[in-house]
Amino acid sequence: MKSSSFRLPFLALCSMLLLWQGVVVFFDVPDYLVPSPMQIAALIPVRIRDLSSALIITAAEALGGFLLSAVVGVAIGLFFSVSAIIRRCFYPYVVLLQTIPIIAISPLILLWLGNGSLSVLFISFLISLPAVIVNTTQGLIGIDINLLNLFRMGNAGVAAILFKLRLPHALPNIFTGLKIAAGASVVGALVGETFAGSSALGAGGLGYSSIYALSQLATPYLFALILASSLLGLVFFFAVVVLEHLMVGKWHESVLGEQME
Amino acid sequence: MLEVRPPPAPIEAPRNTSFISIAHLAKEYPGNKQIIHDLSLTATSGEFVSILGASGCGKSTLLKMIAGLSSISGGSIHIDGMTPENAREIMSFVFQDPSLLPWRTVARNVELALELEGLPRSLRARRVDSVLRLVGLREVSSYYPRQLSGGMKMRVSIARALATTPRLLLMDEPFGAVDAMTRNRLNEELLALKARQRWTTIFVTHSITEAVFLSDRIVLMRANPGRVLQEIAVPLAFPRTADIRSDPAFLGLVGQVSRALSAIHS
Repeated sequence: MKSSSFRLPFLALCSMLLLWQGVVVFFDVPDYLVPSPMQIAALIPVRIRDLSSALIITAAEALGGFLLSAVVGVAIGLFFSVSAIIRRCFYPYVVLLQTIPIIAISPLILLWLGNGSLSVLFISFLISLPAVIVNTTQGLIGIDINLLNLFRMGNAGVAAILFKLRLPHALPNIFTGLKIAAGASVVGALVGETFAGSSALGAGGLGYSSIYALSQLATPYLFALILASSLLGLVFFFAVVVLEHLMVGKWHESVLGEQME
Repeated sequence: MLEVRPPPAPIEAPRNTSFISIAHLAKEYPGNKQIIHDLSLTATSGEFVSILGASGCGKSTLLKMIAGLSSISGGSIHIDGMTPENAREIMSFVFQDPSLLPWRTVARNVELALELEGLPRSLRARRVDSVLRLVGLREVSSYYPRQLSGGMKMRVSIARALATTPRLLLMDEPFGAVDAMTRNRLNEELLALKARQRWTTIFVTHSITEAVFLSDRIVLMRANPGRVLQEIAVPLAFPRTADIRSDPAFLGLVGQVSRALSAIHS
């Protein structure tokens, strides 16, 4: 990407922040409704300790949910790829899992796992899981018949076909699933924290702190928490993008296309 | 202990010995749809046989049945006395598209066939190097398929097929997707390679000039159901070079095959 690609979006951001600051100051908007960007920026160093600890808690929960969904999702995708019967039996339920509003089952998770990070991690995992399974399965089974015939001509066994053909072929799809899961895991952790965010009063992640800040009408801090949440989502997403570039960047056209643009 | 198959010596087989023997072959799909009916065909060792016919006449299906990739509904196929499934170790298949693994370099793609055969790594490297040199791709051995032209990809595909030193090469319209000039050049390269390694070849194509240029014999098929209607010998001497395409004898054969095909389909 050229430096000019960054310049225009950066200028647009500065303009919007200036407009926001101008509107708040000009109309004298109370800060419990909409704080100005300057107020938020001034608050961050003051509450950096609270923000950091909330960020670390949510990051740990989201990372746990993401990694668990990656491991379990790829494993289930592998099972689906080796047995068409297993796939036909269970694949519809994976699709169904995506349609279940997580808020609807959160109370149940709370009942089984109790308040605290474990419940939050599990909610994050549940939200991230379907994208990994669906994309992994598609990558593993959507193989050109001639490539499969090539392996059959070499009398390749199930393991050789899986590790030398299906798995490398599925890597770009797996990364598509992981990129969706990366964002979803952070959303899942934030949603989970609004239900089961903390087992100790006043100490919790970004989602829990947001609810707490709202109850205190600490709107500037709420904005700072939103900023931290967005930052966390971005870090997760780009971590997966970097890994994708390292693992498939040399040969896969979607990654190469991005490079060429 | 891994068994290492030595490269076969160039054998001049007697012309009357059938290396491939196909007798009364039939292929039916569910619903009793006959794809191939009562098809018989033989090929001697080292012979280059092209199969010509309209789309849907069962050429590719026949090739897949010879490779053991498609089941047989009736009749028999024997390759050097073996069933297709048992003969896989002595044959290679070149598909319509190059079918390269995009995550492997040229060298690693060629190596794949040897890996599946169970050849030790040290021997694989030597064989890959030798076959890449044979097809003139040694300089691009570390390239990925996306960095190659269509013609180069097909040469990699042929190199992969030759790496296992097959005695039977099955080729399913391998040059159908490349431009005419590249196709002619690949035809010439294929003949030059065959002159060194004398595999038996069954070659499916839609191109009459390609079939005449490459073959010892051309088999004409017709559809509904697929069967052999005529065989035409190509008595042009080897080695054949690009110049032969303007030779009156060559052009006469192209006309003969063309008229025979028209008669079959009219």
